[in-house]
Parts: sequence; C-alpha cells; structure tokens
Amino acid sequence: MATTLATAGVRPLSGASGRARARERRHRGLLGLLAWACGIVFFLPFAWMVLTSLHSEQDAAANPPHVGASLTLHGYREFFGSGTGVSPWPPLVNSLTASLASTALVLLLAIPAAYALSIRPVRKWTDVMFFFLSTKMLPAVAGLLPVYLIAKNAGLLDDIWLLVVLYTSMNLPIAVWMMRSFLADVPVAIMEAAQIDGAGLPTVLTRIVTPVVLPGIAATALISFIFSWNELLFARVLTGVVAGTAPVFLTGFVTSQGLFLAKVCAAAVCISLPVLAAGFAAQDKLVQGLSLGAVK
Amino acid sequence: MSSQALFRRSSAARAATGRAGTSPPHARPRGAWSRRAPLLPALVFMIVVTQLPFVGTLVISFMRWNALDPGDRGFAGLSNYSTEFTDPQLRSSLTTTVVLTVAVVLVSLVLGLGLALLLDRRFPGRGIVRTLLITPFLVVPVASALLWKHALYNASYGLINGTLSWVWRLFGSHDAPQPDWLSQSPKLAVEASLIWQWTPFMMLILLAGLQSRPTDVVEAARVDGAGAWQVFRYLTFPHLRRYLELAALLGTVYVVQNFDAVFTLTSGGLGTANLPYAVYTTFYQAHDYGQASAEGVIVVALSIIVATFALRTVSSLFREEIR
Repeated sequence: MATTLATAGVRPLSGASGRARARERRHRGLLGLLAWACGIVFFLPFAWMVLTSLHSEQDAAANPPHVGASLTLHGYREFFGSGTGVSPWPPLVNSLTASLASTALVLLLAIPAAYALSIRPVRKWTDVMFFFLSTKMLPAVAGLLPVYLIAKNAGLLDDIWLLVVLYTSMNLPIAVWMMRSFLADVPVAIMEAAQIDGAGLPTVLTRIVTPVVLPGIAATALISFIFSWNELLFARVLTGVVAGTAPVFLTGFVTSQGLFLAKVCAAAVCISLPVLAAGFAAQDKLVQGLSLGAVK
Repeated sequence: MSSQALFRRSSAARAATGRAGTSPPHARPRGAWSRRAPLLPALVFMIVVTQLPFVGTLVISFMRWNALDPGDRGFAGLSNYSTEFTDPQLRSSLTTTVVLTVAVVLVSLVLGLGLALLLDRRFPGRGIVRTLLITPFLVVPVASALLWKHALYNASYGLINGTLSWVWRLFGSHDAPQPDWLSQSPKLAVEASLIWQWTPFMMLILLAGLQSRPTDVVEAARVDGAGAWQVFRYLTFPHLRRYLELAALLGTVYVVQNFDAVFTLTSGGLGTANLPYAVYTTFYQAHDYGQASAEGVIVVALSIIVATFALRTVSSLFREEIR
C-alpha cells in the first residue's frame, strides 16, 4: 500500500526530470573518465620503469624516448649478473630471511598480546595500546647509534639476525593494533565455553581464535613483510658484504655508470615484485594496516 | 547437539556473570597475572629494543664523543645542541625537514582527497583504477627513488626531457629545453617523487573515511534538494575531517623519518639533507657520536609534537570504534 502510493507520487516527476538525469549521467561519465586519467598518470612512471627494463640499453637511453622499441630480457640478465658476475641472490635471500623471520616473530609476539588487549583484556588496556603506538611515532633514526654500538660490541654487525630483531620492533606496534581489531570480532561466548570444558589457553588460541582471525593474521603478516622488505636505513648502517639486503644492493645504482638504465629498471622491478604481489593481495587490508587499525 | 550447545552457552554466561559479580577480591592478583602473561613478551621486547636505545641516545647527546678521536671523550653539557642550532648546515637540515614534510604531506593530502572523491562514485573499471593508483606506494622506496633519478629526471635520457624533445620535434624544432632537474630544483624533485609515493596512502585512508559515511543522511539531504557542493561542505567534509587529520598526521610521522629518497636522489646535496640524513652522515661519515645523538633527540622532539596530535586523533577514532 505504502509503496504503490510512493511510486504513484514519483511517476509524474520522472518525465520532467529526465533531461536533468541525462545531464547527470553525462556528468558522471566525465568524472569516471577523469578518474581513469588520474589512475593512468599515477601509473605511468611505473609502466615506464617496466617498459624500460625490457628495452636494450641503447633504446632505453634514447632521447626522445623510443617507446615502440623491440623488447629484450637483456636488462634482467644483466641484473642477475650475466655481465659483471655480481649475483643479486645473496641480498635477495637476506631480505627474504629478514622479512620472513621478523614477520614470524611479530606474529608470535603480537597475537598473544592482542589477545590480552581484546578478548581477556588487562586493566588499563587502552594505555598499553597507546604505549605500543607511541613507539611507532618515535623516529627509528633516534635509536640508531646505541643499537650500532651495542651490535658492534656484541659482534652482531653485518648479521641478518640483528635486522630481524629490529624489524620485529618496527612492525610489532602495527601488528598489535591490527590484530586487536581482528580479535575484537572473535565470538567470546564460544571461547569461554571451551575454557569451561577444560581447554587451556594454548588450545583456545590454536583451535578457536586462530581459525576465526586467519584472514587478519594474513593481512598483518603481509603488511609486516612489506615494511621489513622496504627498510633501508638500518640495513645500510648495520650490514655490510655478508648480510646486505635488497634495498642496500639497490643503493649500488645510486651513481650512474654508462649505459645502465635498463639494468637499473630491471633491478627495481625485480626487487619491488614481492612487495607488489603482497600489496595487491592485501589491497583491502592495506589501509587498516597503514592507519594502525584506526580505519576499518 | 543443540541442547549441548545451549548448555555450554548458558554455563559460559553463568561463569561470566559469576566472575564479574561475585569473585572474591583475593582471587584477583592471580587472575590479573594470567591475563597479563600473554602481553608481557611483546611489551618487554618493545621496551628493550626501542626505549632503552633512546635512553642511550639521550645520554650520548650530552657527551663529547667522536669515534675518530677516542681519547677525548667526556661530558659536554649542551654544546652539541648549541652547535646544532648555530651551525648553518645543520640548521638548514632542520628547516629542510620541516619544509619537505609540510610540502609533501599537504600536496599529497589534497591530491589524495581529490582522488578519493573520484573513486567514491561508481564508474566502469573502478577496481582497476584503484589498483593503478595504489601501485606507486607498493614500489620499494629505494627503487622508486632510482626510477625518478635515472629514468625520469636524468638530463640526457630521462623521460621528462625525452618528452620535451618529442613535443618540440612535433613542431619541427630540435632545441628543446633540457634542464637538469635534480641540480636545478633539487628540493622540488625530491618532493615530487615523495608526493607520487604518498598520495596513494592519503587516498586509501580518505576513501575508507568516505565509505564509512552514513549514506542515509546524504540521501535525505539530496531529497531535500541539497546540491553536490552543499552535500560535500556540510555532510562529507565534517565527517571526513578526522580522517584528513589522521592521514595528515600519520603521513607526517612517516615523511619526517624519510631517508631513502634524500639518500638516493641527491645524497643530501644541494640543501636537501633532512634531519634523518644529517644524523646518518654525522654518525656514519663524520663519526661524531655526540652530535649525531643530539640530532636524534631533536628529531624525536619534533616528532613528539606531531605525535601528540596524531595519538589524540587516533584515540578519538578508536574510542568511537570500541564504544
């Protein structure tokens, strides 16, 4: 009854507003085009990097640019050391070790902590949350020197495990905030029932909490992986020949040396690939991690 | 099966009320410690790895300590700080930090807002455009800086000058301007590359803010005849304000710490050295530990000012969420 009345009331208007609606549709189409144009402009430098990496060095250095030049994997072969014999694999493996190990450690510490901040909260748990967050606001560079001196005395310089510890501290606050917001969605009643049935904390964590929050754990892991992979300052100061990571390897390309543009671009593409893959996979959760869980 | 589940739930409820209501006070400490136990490893780890080194930095900042002159080590009072504020080069790194951060955050915030508003409406291929826009943020920062330095800014084969020659050639001219972007406008060059990386960050947070806006109020306003600008000015913008603050403050916290772009693009030359880069050179190249520590303390002081506001904004969003 009410709906028929409503549609009857709208119908006489629709004819008169038809032209306005057409104008609105055109307007909307233009804004869609504008959005596409912006997307392409922002993507262009990246596309150029990929295209250049696939050109020969002569074509890559052409001015004006030689867009339609034939494609080759020469730059990639150069990056993997065909010309110089310098293999990028040790730094890539170092980066992978540092990122994966620190991410595992982050999860190991953050999940129980988030549990104690959401499901069975300690008193003043919001204060603890803000302590974690405030450590993220302190610039890492401020602790660089003491860390360096301690590492030097302990013989940990140029040791990938030192980076693992530092990257863990870098990502732990983000992970605690993210994991808390995911754990807040866990059905507490089911957990308490399990505890009454005699299940201990480890069982509750592995059997009930983990399956429910698995997507959250995946997102937290991806964010932590990305930040560890990207880090340069600590890796640059605290590692050398043995434990240098992929970003440190990339700094070898800071000063230009002859025809090497395709090789630089190939290196940049290869070293960004894991981050791009992780980022696209976690696209929806990216914003939550970046805002430390403040934005859902 | 269902009765069992029902029983479980009711017993859980009973247990919960029992604990909250009538638990004897002396049982509390043990319960409190079992609650704290899962939190402690993370808490202790953070204090040891992030707070103690900073105490070290604070102590060293009052010391005369240069690794190249190990015999002359001692208490220096405030002299590292007074050097910091009187040495023109170090003072310039202070202003560079502020200028760089403000410029990058403001411009990427405005661009990010525009892009978020564009992406908030439906159009064909919206998901693809979002992916295209996120890409700059997912390039490893050093790789991005190398891309800008060599493939875009380079005076003889960079894309920018290449495009200039191409456009000039279209009009039959062969002497297109070929400026050396990095040496002619180094600050702008560093800023542009950082804006490219940080605009997606701003856009993502603002887009999340836009999409959390209650749609019924906007529709009601439209029915009442509000135009697009009025909806933005009186409904969208007030709702978005806290997200704008959050994006700006978090962006500031991250950009203040930037090291990669300055290091790669200009190696801190031509007035682009910011405080993190200055700390790096004072410590890593000049080996002046006392001075580097004083710089570190100043970066922290600057960050604390911003962080106080950032924490307040996060906490207002946070309290709304847990209410």
